[in-house]
Amino acid sequence: MLRNTMPPEFKVIVDHKRCRRCKRCLQNCSFGVYSFADRVVTDSAKCVACQRCVTFCPELAIEVRENPLAFKASFNWTDVHRKNIWKQAEQSGMLLTGMGCDVDYPIYFDHMLLDACQVTNPSIDPLREPMELRTYLGRKPDTIKVESASDGKLKSKTKFEPQMKLDVPIIFSPMSYGAVSLNTHKSLVMAAREVGTVMNTGEGGLHKDLYSYGDNIIVQVASGRFGVHADYLNAGVAVDIKIGQGAKPGIGGHLPGEKIGMEISKTRMIPTGTDALSPAPHHDIYSIEDLRQLIYAIKEATNYKPVSVKIATVHNVASIASGIVRAGADILYLDGFRGGTGAAPTVIRNHVGIPIELALAAVDDRLRKEGIRNQASIVAAGSIRSSADAVKAIALGADAVAIGTAALVALGCRVCQMCYTGKCAWGICTQKPELTRRLDPEEGAQRLVNLLRSWALEIKEILGSLGVNAIESFRGSRERLRGVGLDKQTLDILGIKPAGR
Amino acid sequence: MENKISIDAGGVYYRKLNEQIRAAIADGATEIGLTGVNGQRYIGDGISDKVSINMDGVPGNDLATFMNGPVITVHNNAQDGMGNTMNEGKVVIHGHAGDVLGYGMRGGKLHILGDVGYRVGIHMKSYKTKIPAIIVGGCAGDFFGEYMAGGNLILLGLHHDKDKPIVGDYVGTGMHGGTIYIRGEVEQYKLGAEVGVMELTEEDNKTLKGLLTEYCTDLGLNLDDIMNKPFIKLIPISHRPYGKLYAY
Repeated sequence: MLRNTMPPEFKVIVDHKRCRRCKRCLQNCSFGVYSFADRVVTDSAKCVACQRCVTFCPELAIEVRENPLAFKASFNWTDVHRKNIWKQAEQSGMLLTGMGCDVDYPIYFDHMLLDACQVTNPSIDPLREPMELRTYLGRKPDTIKVESASDGKLKSKTKFEPQMKLDVPIIFSPMSYGAVSLNTHKSLVMAAREVGTVMNTGEGGLHKDLYSYGDNIIVQVASGRFGVHADYLNAGVAVDIKIGQGAKPGIGGHLPGEKIGMEISKTRMIPTGTDALSPAPHHDIYSIEDLRQLIYAIKEATNYKPVSVKIATVHNVASIASGIVRAGADILYLDGFRGGTGAAPTVIRNHVGIPIELALAAVDDRLRKEGIRNQASIVAAGSIRSSADAVKAIALGADAVAIGTAALVALGCRVCQMCYTGKCAWGICTQKPELTRRLDPEEGAQRLVNLLRSWALEIKEILGSLGVNAIESFRGSRERLRGVGLDKQTLDILGIKPAGR
Repeated sequence: MENKISIDAGGVYYRKLNEQIRAAIADGATEIGLTGVNGQRYIGDGISDKVSINMDGVPGNDLATFMNGPVITVHNNAQDGMGNTMNEGKVVIHGHAGDVLGYGMRGGKLHILGDVGYRVGIHMKSYKTKIPAIIVGGCAGDFFGEYMAGGNLILLGLHHDKDKPIVGDYVGTGMHGGTIYIRGEVEQYKLGAEVGVMELTEEDNKTLKGLLTEYCTDLGLNLDDIMNKPFIKLIPISHRPYGKLYAY
């Protein structure tokens, strides 16, 4: 039988004239590319192009190139299809992958342009004038009644439901301790505190060292209920019920036993070495009524903290969203099909779900038409790559956006899509102590703070040019978006005009 | 020191009732009697204090959800979702109970005298000394112990009529930890592919006797009457049932 007919995806080329044999490449590569026999020897087949060796070679002696294969060109039988079939013929199984969908479906963010003020309406200089990015997530009342207090000041008579206060309209998306390292969680939570936003624990519980960061944490409850107990539910400012994930709508999670070491075991409250299986559905939620039951069970256990419900955007997302809001969710978290993952079957990641831009517009529309948009805030996620994506998402109707992959890239991730191997050379998506210590949480937090500060400055600049001085008043301003290269129906779904109109 | 208090739950909205229960506990009550309970949800939800709560009526869904210490006794039937993600404590039901009991439960005990519905003990887990147990006196529906990851799930099939099966289909499907003990035989076709049928060991008999002694005391049953019929034991064939699904 033919075995291992897969040609290497990348070629690792060492310039032996420059190489001083310091062996830093051997130390840094966690995929086993390098060995040493008088000089550095490479096994290109193992390379994943994570660029760790290239970054740390003091002599710039390493180059990682794509391995161009002269296959007979075919528009239909692309290299990807051929290689996937070879892999499956040799290994027998579902192809597994990491990170978000990498297939070239249209990216609608890149077909929308923002407006700006010229002549007839003044723009605002964010450097000289106040510019508000503060955002409150949570249920808003239908009406607000105001009365005069005895000191003459106006006061709200309406009782507000608890709100989550963010200084920037960007939160960190759920990534579990187990999928990512503890140092990644630490970096995220420290940055969230510094910037005035929140991180979401993901479904693997919260490490005891991080309970003190509660004001900047959303705790997640997923179908496996790992690490969920009364103290955990009360540890953060809100609780998120994970129904689905953009990268793998409708399927469960599976953290392999190899990743369940001592600390993970303590946090998830399961024995070391067993697989952590999250069933596809919550088996206590088969209906909107069941979801309502869990939402209120959590509210009862937390003295009525805001509850968020996270779903993957699928075909009927608008009616599902309506049901979720009616079930009592305070925050609706929409994860588009391009959202990231630590591990998902490739076939699901690449072929299931719909883009966040269309889903968001459809959900916002639906909730407005039903008169319940005020009852829940919307968080949009599923590949927010820049501040521009964030602003466009808010213009389409989101209250805030969530970033996962962008945050990991800030921490050093090269998007090599090998998260599921547990060998992340950048110490992010791994539990191996010799790798996790590569990510210094202080430094990681600083990089995340820098990223969020940069995006906040850019968002203020965009708002200034739009003549808007508060992000909350910009939400849903689709009139300030125009589509380029989009057909009529897509424009209609997005609720925007084509450029020129 | 005992500090008894009685709360009239008749016609009280669940949110109000649970506020009253928490307030009573904050005031130092250790034994709470509820009269007139009629379908109120979430009783005992998230409570961490070691108190006892007794009621005559039928509590609503999600009794003892996220519960972390109390002992609840219901002298009646109970509904769905009891013991959801429960961490510690005990619920004793002197009647039947509904669907989805002990979902994701990681500690404590559910003692039910009568029958239970579908999806009981799904994804129950254990960790170190925290080993949850669900004991059902009557029969159970489909998906008993599905995705089970730890703990003990015991089905006694007492007082059930001959025509009615002791348990439904898909017993222990996806099971990867813990033990199911069933008093009687179960046809092979009803078992999940991940489950193996074993004979009880000395250790099993000890565990079973220990758990059932407490159960009998709680519900006024005779241990010998229960032990007079042989049990089967179901355990997962693998801790990693889904290890060989992928290509890379």
